[in-house]
Amino acid sequence: MTINFRDETFRDDFTFRNSPEAIKRFPFPFHEDSYMYSVNMEPHKSYRPGSVYERTFDVDEHYVSEMKDRAKVLAEDPLRCQSLPHMTLAGWDLLELIMVSKAEEYPDLFELHRDGNKWHWINKPLGIDQKFVFLDEATLPYGPMEYITRQTQGDFAVLDQRDDNLWMDAGMVTTQADWSLDFDIGMNFFEWHAPVPKAHEMGIFVRALKFLLNVRQGAPARRLNWTMTVNPLLDTSPENYHKWGVMKQDLTMENMGEKMHLRVELQTFFRLPRSNALVFPIRCYLIKLGELVTEPKWGRRLHRVLRDLPEELATYKGFISNRPKIVEWLSKYDDGKPTSPGIWPD
Amino acid sequence: MSAGTDKIAVTVTNVVPVNELVTRFRFARTDGGLMPTFSGGAHTVVEMKDGATMRLNPYSLMSDPADRTAYTISVRRDDQGRGGSLFMHRNVKPGLEMVISNPVNLFPLDLRAKKHLMIAGGIGITPFIAQIKQLAASNGNFELHYSVRTASLASYADELSTAHPTRVHIYHDDKKQVIDLENLLDGQPLGTHLYVCGPKGMIKWVRGTAEGLGWPREAVHDEEFLAPPSGKPFEVKLAVSNKVIQVGEHQSLLEAIEAAGVDAPYLCRGGACGQCETDVIGYDGKFLHNDHWLTEEQHASGKKIMPCVSRFEGKTLVLDR
Repeated sequence: MTINFRDETFRDDFTFRNSPEAIKRFPFPFHEDSYMYSVNMEPHKSYRPGSVYERTFDVDEHYVSEMKDRAKVLAEDPLRCQSLPHMTLAGWDLLELIMVSKAEEYPDLFELHRDGNKWHWINKPLGIDQKFVFLDEATLPYGPMEYITRQTQGDFAVLDQRDDNLWMDAGMVTTQADWSLDFDIGMNFFEWHAPVPKAHEMGIFVRALKFLLNVRQGAPARRLNWTMTVNPLLDTSPENYHKWGVMKQDLTMENMGEKMHLRVELQTFFRLPRSNALVFPIRCYLIKLGELVTEPKWGRRLHRVLRDLPEELATYKGFISNRPKIVEWLSKYDDGKPTSPGIWPD
Repeated sequence: MSAGTDKIAVTVTNVVPVNELVTRFRFARTDGGLMPTFSGGAHTVVEMKDGATMRLNPYSLMSDPADRTAYTISVRRDDQGRGGSLFMHRNVKPGLEMVISNPVNLFPLDLRAKKHLMIAGGIGITPFIAQIKQLAASNGNFELHYSVRTASLASYADELSTAHPTRVHIYHDDKKQVIDLENLLDGQPLGTHLYVCGPKGMIKWVRGTAEGLGWPREAVHDEEFLAPPSGKPFEVKLAVSNKVIQVGEHQSLLEAIEAAGVDAPYLCRGGACGQCETDVIGYDGKFLHNDHWLTEEQHASGKKIMPCVSRFEGKTLVLDR
């Protein structure tokens, strides 16, 4: 398997785009023509070769450029990566999980050689060759969580489990849908979800927490979440809202296909072995509406979902003011024909 | 079977009598691979094919969490029990192939603690052995107070005392040695977390004393696996699967549901984790709640039952399963 890593940007001139192959494997999140919250969890098992579900940590054509973007975000704002002192062991757990999975699943891109605690990690796409001692922080240039998540696509929330709750006690968050690690650090599951409308009344979070507390070693889980983003911005953080919030006003019927993106998060959950912590990787996939409608089923369905979405959800997801324009643009791609069940293209 | 459970096929590689009541078992993967790393305090659920009966009992892992060659557990023989421990003692020999669950930790160390203060009674020592190995490897600060009936029944007391002479304190019941709990708790530095594993009375005593001295609830941790109690047989209707099942005298409700071929979730099988919580659709009779998951109000409501340890006496019971 060869991946042609694209040289592209997620800021300034926004050269990001998806190849035709990347469009085909995009994780379209709507299995029917409408959307409401649910605890839509399923086992994170390898599924559908070539899809984003095939491997534990998906690596795609955007990998190298996404890692460059992360380094820029961190250089400007180091607080995007934080780990409370008791979470270092969980960081080593995460480093092991990622290195072992990537070396096994992408042997042509990553290698891990282990001799007891003497480890040798080779990351070919990023040109990294690192010898270090497992569990000895002094032998890495960063803490273990920061070291490995500077080399892995997606945000990472590392959650301590105690008192029948989960606590946001560590994370690497640079590609987020408008939430802040620096604000949420140390909060519990109910506290950091407090801004979400409707779901509390529906009892979603009580059920979701119960499920997550029981995620077992060797049995990871996953779900999809989504929002809409103007321009292919990975970093839509509250910290930088003054930079990207105004971009929402630049949207026109003419530039809709190029500027408007469906943003999908593949969220996975793994129990970590030594720390008993839970790691919550949140992997962001972006697709231009112009790319999305090349799959007729997706064009039809996205039009219906956005048209019928409850107002609070469109407000919370941050696209209420642009919704009429988006729906009007998408309506050209909805001929009213029925859509097939499931998320995959026809 | 529990949702998302990944099980491990193992072979018994060693069976060692520790004293007249306790025997230690070592499990290695049958396929020769490595065991998953685990965290100190975790348990595994061991599946026992006892004739026509399938028994599933949780046992704390006591091996070094970093040692991936094998897991070890210690089982105390309970002659009055339902038969799981007797099966382990009588039927499990080296070479036997068995199935165990991936590790699950319901008694983890709180890694924020400045000091870990451990109180063990009897076979309750086993999770602490793994936690101490984990802490010793990372220069963790711990102190163990271990109460035993007699020196001859003091499982692993000598090994622990030899390895950590200043951190381990043994108390013998037959010599009238008792943990001076109030003084012990009074002298602890700020940031100490307290852990207790042992008989019900001991857990109650330690929790009550700590609470009386003003210890924060979040700094006190316990683990008690309840064995499912025996009782009068009873009949249950499973509404979703449309089956009527009989729960035997020495069988738990969960075991009877499983024996009928109905898939029911579980983790600890000891009334602690909440995973098997089941809705009651209708009943005429009396619940015998034995779990420590549901609240008193839920016990009184007649709307919930934990089938791993709780029973029923009466005419009809209909469950949403």
